[in-house]
Amino acid sequence: MNIGFVKYHKLNYFFAIVLVLATIGCLIIFGLNLGIDFLGGTLWEVTFENRPTNAVIQEKLNSFDLGEIVVQPTDNNGVILRFKDVNEDTHQQMVSELNKISPIQEKRFESIGPTIGNELKNKTIALTIISLGSLLTYIAISFRKLKWPIASWQYGIVSIVTLLLDLLVTLLVLVLLGKFYNVQFNIAIVAALLTILGYTINDKVIVFDRVRENVLKERSSNFAETVDKSLNQILGRSLSTGACTLIVLFVLFLMGGETLKYFSLTLIVGIIVGTYTSLFVASSILVSWGLKGKN
Amino acid sequence: MAFIKNQPAVHKTGHAVKQKNKIRLVVLGIFVFVILAGSLIYPKTWDDAVGWLNNNIHLGLPTFFKVPFKLGLDLQGGTHLIYLADLSSIGEADRDGSLSGIRDVIERRVNMFGVSEAIVQINKAEDSYRLIVDLPGVKDTHEAIKMIGETPYLEFKEERTVEETDAILKAQEAGDANALLLDPYFVSTQLTGRFLKNSQLSFDQTTMQPYVTLDFNDEGTKLFAELTKKNIGKKLAIYLDGAPISVPTVNEEIPSGKAQISGQFTQKEAKQLAERLNAGALPVPINLVSQQNIEASLGQESLNQSLKAGIIGFLIIFLFMIVFYRLSGLFASISLVIYIIALLSVFKLVPVTLTLAGIAGFLLSMGMAVDANILIFSRTKEELKQGRHFSDALDNGVKKAWPSIRDGNFTTILVGIILFLFGTGFVKGFALTLILGNVISMFSAIVITNYLIKFFSGSKEGRKKIWL
Repeated sequence: MNIGFVKYHKLNYFFAIVLVLATIGCLIIFGLNLGIDFLGGTLWEVTFENRPTNAVIQEKLNSFDLGEIVVQPTDNNGVILRFKDVNEDTHQQMVSELNKISPIQEKRFESIGPTIGNELKNKTIALTIISLGSLLTYIAISFRKLKWPIASWQYGIVSIVTLLLDLLVTLLVLVLLGKFYNVQFNIAIVAALLTILGYTINDKVIVFDRVRENVLKERSSNFAETVDKSLNQILGRSLSTGACTLIVLFVLFLMGGETLKYFSLTLIVGIIVGTYTSLFVASSILVSWGLKGKN
Repeated sequence: MAFIKNQPAVHKTGHAVKQKNKIRLVVLGIFVFVILAGSLIYPKTWDDAVGWLNNNIHLGLPTFFKVPFKLGLDLQGGTHLIYLADLSSIGEADRDGSLSGIRDVIERRVNMFGVSEAIVQINKAEDSYRLIVDLPGVKDTHEAIKMIGETPYLEFKEERTVEETDAILKAQEAGDANALLLDPYFVSTQLTGRFLKNSQLSFDQTTMQPYVTLDFNDEGTKLFAELTKKNIGKKLAIYLDGAPISVPTVNEEIPSGKAQISGQFTQKEAKQLAERLNAGALPVPINLVSQQNIEASLGQESLNQSLKAGIIGFLIIFLFMIVFYRLSGLFASISLVIYIIALLSVFKLVPVTLTLAGIAGFLLSMGMAVDANILIFSRTKEELKQGRHFSDALDNGVKKAWPSIRDGNFTTILVGIILFLFGTGFVKGFALTLILGNVISMFSAIVITNYLIKFFSGSKEGRKKIWL
């Protein structure tokens, strides 16, 4: 079996560009549904002995200055409330107000000031940039023996570009989930994105490593053929590893409960996209760049 | 058959025996390691076995030492508080001192509350200083916050000049936002509760009114002497938590370092104030900016769910590996078990605080841990196709797979190190899991799987089909 990965590079580019444009478009139009980790605010989960309707809860809390109150019922007589950040006194007053409806038990109360959230935002962006920069350096050094047809730093650039693509497409899914299912972009999702970075860089390096080996071994004049051959050799491994990782994630998605559900979904999307870009997009860019250098 | 096949290699026999002994030794080592690490994670089996042995043959063997897992607040339940410390009144040089001062005070307060493993950390973020207080297992958060927050902040203020007072009052009438924040009558001095050595409840001999005595330390004594000397005939206000509680007039310089607060206290209030001041007055004011509490049952639920998911995920990987890589896949799965045991015991020993994201990262790493095995096996398959013996093919497979295993894992570890160095609490724990998982999985996939396969495959070269 021999799959021509590079043959359809134009289609791959088209596909990639459409996804990037769609992501940027959705980011601008809808924006990320940032959670309280980033914006500041309160998340309050309580269970009632007898759960009242949302309207009754809203009414009881209206006397406090809470901004917009989102009430989301959970199973077992519980609700999750979201509103702006409040201090401890207000919290206690609200507890006694709700107790008047029906005795409550607090499961979780998180109130985060806006400055903390803002810092997290800056830090996340900074971390991503630093990580990508050091990956570029590492690959450039590790592939230094390669000079032809493209230099080691070019492998670095290609991996960074495709990594960004992986992150962007995952963001697209998150934007849509946020828009239509009110899934919030929180710190767990950030951890998931960073893990995608770790996983897919691994994936790309392994593909490039095979290319490196074949280029050095064969010294063939046909770079496209060498890349294609390497990809076919690595395909079994890519699919096996991807499958093993996805198995765990799917189980986590189905059984992991509310918090881990979207964490694992993010990873599932990232890993599928990452495997696709390693095989199709990264290889196509390598070959296009290699051919351009030759002419 | 196998004997004849091996005959041309007679001159290598010495080497082969050595090699065989080495394999046996390593496998024995792995076995011992699994027993020890396994007992560390789940000491009950060891203890039961030892108990049985001790009962029957009186060996007097010790039970295994117990190290608990360290669970994060999201799994154990508890309270996470972030305070902002206002250091505007403290000089650059004294900041570290005052910060560790606040930390000590809060630690003392929290300990009074009876929390066993509270963590109080100082964190500098951008231009502000934070105090992060983690209270695992605390049910009554409200009480805890009160306990920390009510710690008195004591300061001495001196009178402003008449011109200053007028200027501020005028600006306030004009509605100047900055002026509204200022106290028109008094201005802060350097003397605060930070310099307090001791405080006590006393009673006035004649009126029997309760008052609180203050005893400053050496530095405080000097400051107080200067302050009183400068302000003879003027008022000196004592503020508690931002409100004046006593505004005496200074009659003379006080070099002794002793002062008293004689507000309108009841005896109980005065006693409480003295106690709280003794427990430590906060050197600078703090402000609660973020709180998170998670009820224990919620944490337990997430922990159970993710563990269940982990076990099922593992079983499916187990099946997958056997179907695709046969006996070698079985041994890869066995070394995956060893990987899990090793990682869990490292979690216990370091100790790594396990959070929900950390556990998810750990589960994910199971999938990634078999990657090195898959790389080695697909290389080995290629070598087998070229007609090599199984053990040769495996050796070559490892050699050829190594550069990609190395680069692949090192880049992931690199990302982990960056996250660990620059990330905050949550991300840090996750990064640590990622780094440890990668390092250990590299070892388990390359060394452990290999030696296990070699040990059990032995001379069964003819039946390589079963092996891969």
